[in-house]
Amino acid sequence: MATLPARVKRRFIVVCGAVLVLASTGTPAQPRDPATSAPQRIVSFVPAATEMLFAIGAGSRLVGVSAYDRFPPEVTKIPDVGGLLDPSVERVLSLKPDLVVIYRSQADLEQQLTRAGLPLYTYVHRDLADVARTMRSLGERVGEAAAGEREARRLEAGLSAVRRRVAGLPRPKTLLVLGRQPKTLRQILASGGYGFLHDLLDLAGGADVWSAVKRESVEMSTEMVLSQAPEVIIELHYGREFQPGELEAERRVWDTLGAVPAVRNGRVHLLVGDEFVVPGPRIVAAAERLARTLHPPMAP
Amino acid sequence: MLTLAVCMLAPLAGSSPIRLRQVFDSSIPFTDNVDAQIFFIARLPRVLAAALVGCGLALAGVVFQALLRNPLASPDTLGVSAGASLGAMLAITLHADFSIVGVSAVPLASFAGSLGALVIVYGLSAARRRGTTTTVLLLAGVTLTALLSAVVRFVQFMADFTETFQTTRWLMGSLDVASYPPLAAALAPLTLATVGIAALPRVLDLISVGAESAAARGVNVEASERLALVSASLATGAAVSLAGPVAFVGIIVPHMVRLVVGADHRLVVPAAGLFGAAFLVVCDLVARTVLAPVELPVGIITAIIGGPFFLWLLFRRA
Repeated sequence: MATLPARVKRRFIVVCGAVLVLASTGTPAQPRDPATSAPQRIVSFVPAATEMLFAIGAGSRLVGVSAYDRFPPEVTKIPDVGGLLDPSVERVLSLKPDLVVIYRSQADLEQQLTRAGLPLYTYVHRDLADVARTMRSLGERVGEAAAGEREARRLEAGLSAVRRRVAGLPRPKTLLVLGRQPKTLRQILASGGYGFLHDLLDLAGGADVWSAVKRESVEMSTEMVLSQAPEVIIELHYGREFQPGELEAERRVWDTLGAVPAVRNGRVHLLVGDEFVVPGPRIVAAAERLARTLHPPMAP
Repeated sequence: MLTLAVCMLAPLAGSSPIRLRQVFDSSIPFTDNVDAQIFFIARLPRVLAAALVGCGLALAGVVFQALLRNPLASPDTLGVSAGASLGAMLAITLHADFSIVGVSAVPLASFAGSLGALVIVYGLSAARRRGTTTTVLLLAGVTLTALLSAVVRFVQFMADFTETFQTTRWLMGSLDVASYPPLAAALAPLTLATVGIAALPRVLDLISVGAESAAARGVNVEASERLALVSASLATGAAVSLAGPVAFVGIIVPHMVRLVVGADHRLVVPAAGLFGAAFLVVCDLVARTVLAPVELPVGIITAIIGGPFFLWLLFRRA
C-alpha cells in the first residue's frame, strides 16, 4: 500500500507529460499556410475519401484511416483512428497529421481538431455528382489537382458509358433494398428517391419505386412491398463475407410475397460488395453491376 | 366487444387500398392475388401481433403496478424488457443463424434474454428471505435494467455500422411480423401468462393494499407474488420478442383502464388486456395510414395518441 502514492505520482507525471507532448503537437513548429503546402501526413475518417486518395496517388501519405476502411487492401496496415461515432482524437493527435478528412456530421471532432490547430477537409456527400466533385476538390487540397481531375473524368466517363449502354432499354420498376432483419422480411430499409444509391440505380437503368419520396431511405412493411409491386428487387449486402448458402437462404425469404412481380419472375437479386456503400472510385463498378443485374442480356 | 370490432375492422384499412371482394375471390390463385396477399400476409398477422403485444404488455403492467405497489411500474421495470433487448442485440450483431419452426434467431434470442432476466429477478426475489419488501425487488429490477441496458449499449457500440442501424431500429419496435409462425410462438407463453394472471385478481387487490393485510386474509403472499412475477414477465418477454419494445402501452394502459372501471382487479385485469389489445391495434392502424404510403414506427404513435388521451382522462376526473 505504501508504494501506491509513489506509483500514482509517477503516473500523474507521465500523464502530464503526455498532455504536454500532445498539446505541443497541436501547434505546428513552423507556421505554414495549409492551402499552399501539400499535406504529407493525412488521416481519413471517410472510406470514400480514403479510396479517392489512393486513386489519385496520395495513398502512401495516409497515416490513419477509419475503422470502416477495408479497401484498397493496403489500408488494413494503416493505423485505425476510430469510426464515424467513436473517433479517437487522442490517436489522431498522436499521428501528427497535417490534414484530417472528417464527415460534416462529426461536429465534436471538428471542434476538437480545430482547437488543436489541425487543418481539416470536411467531407459531404449527397448525390452521385458529389463523388467526382469531391475527387477534384480533394485532389486540389492534397496538391494532386491534375490527378484529381484525371480520376474525376475517368469516373464520369465510366458512369456515362453505363448510362449510354442502358439508354433505350426498358426501365423495370426496381426496389433497392439496403438492409432488413436477417431471415425475415421485417424492417426492410429501401433506398428513397434521393442520394447516390438512388442516382446510381437511375443511371443503371432502373425505375426506383420510391423516386417520389425525396429521402435517402424508406422503411417498408410487407404491405408496401406488395402494393408497390416492383418488377425487380435488388438487395445489397455489404460489410462482411457471406456464405453462398446464406445468400440463397436470404433470397428465398422473399418467396413469401409471391404476388410481387419480382418474386414471381425470379428477379430478386442479392449483390454483395462494399462498393455499393462507399461513394468513391468504385461506384463505376457498382453502376456496372447494377446495370448488368437490371438488364441481364447485356452481360459480357 | 370493442377489441373484437377493432380487430375485425383494422385489417381492412392500410397504406394501400385493397378490394375486399378480390381478397376472398378464390378463382384467382393466391400467388397472383395481390390484394389477398396484402390482407393475409401483410395486414392480418400485423393486426394479430398488435393485439397480442398490446394485451401482453397491458396485463404485465397491471400486475407489476399492483405487485410493486408503484404507479410508475411497467413491464420494463424488472429488467425483462432489457433482457429481451440484449438477446436481440446479440443475435443481430453475432449474425446468429438458426431458426426453430419458422421463428428466426432474433425473436428467439430475445425471448431467451427475457427468460434470463426473469431467472435473475426470480432468484433475487427468492433469495430475499425475510419480509416482503417490494422496494428491494423494485430496486433490484431497476438496477438489472440499468446493467443490461449498459451491456446493450456496449454491444451496439462494438457492432459495425449496418448492425448498429439494425439494432437501433429493433429498439424502436415494429409490428410488421410478415408471417404467422412468430405469432404462434408468442401465443404459447402469452397464454400461459394469461392463465396465471387470470388466477390472481383477488390476490392482486389485497397485495396492492399491503402484503401484511393480504397475509392476514389467508393469502399465501409469497407464492402469489412469485406467480404474478413469473406470469407478468413471461407476457413481457413474449411481447417484446415479437415486436421489440413498444413504449407506453404497459405503463399507461393500466392507468387508463383504472380511471374508467375502478380499482377492482377482477375488472381491471380483463379490461386492461382487451383495451391494451385494441389500443395498440388502433395505434398501429394510425401508424400504417397517417403518412401513407410511408409507415411510422408504432412506438411513436402509442405515445402521441396515448399521452394526450391519458392526460384528458386524468384531468377530466380531477
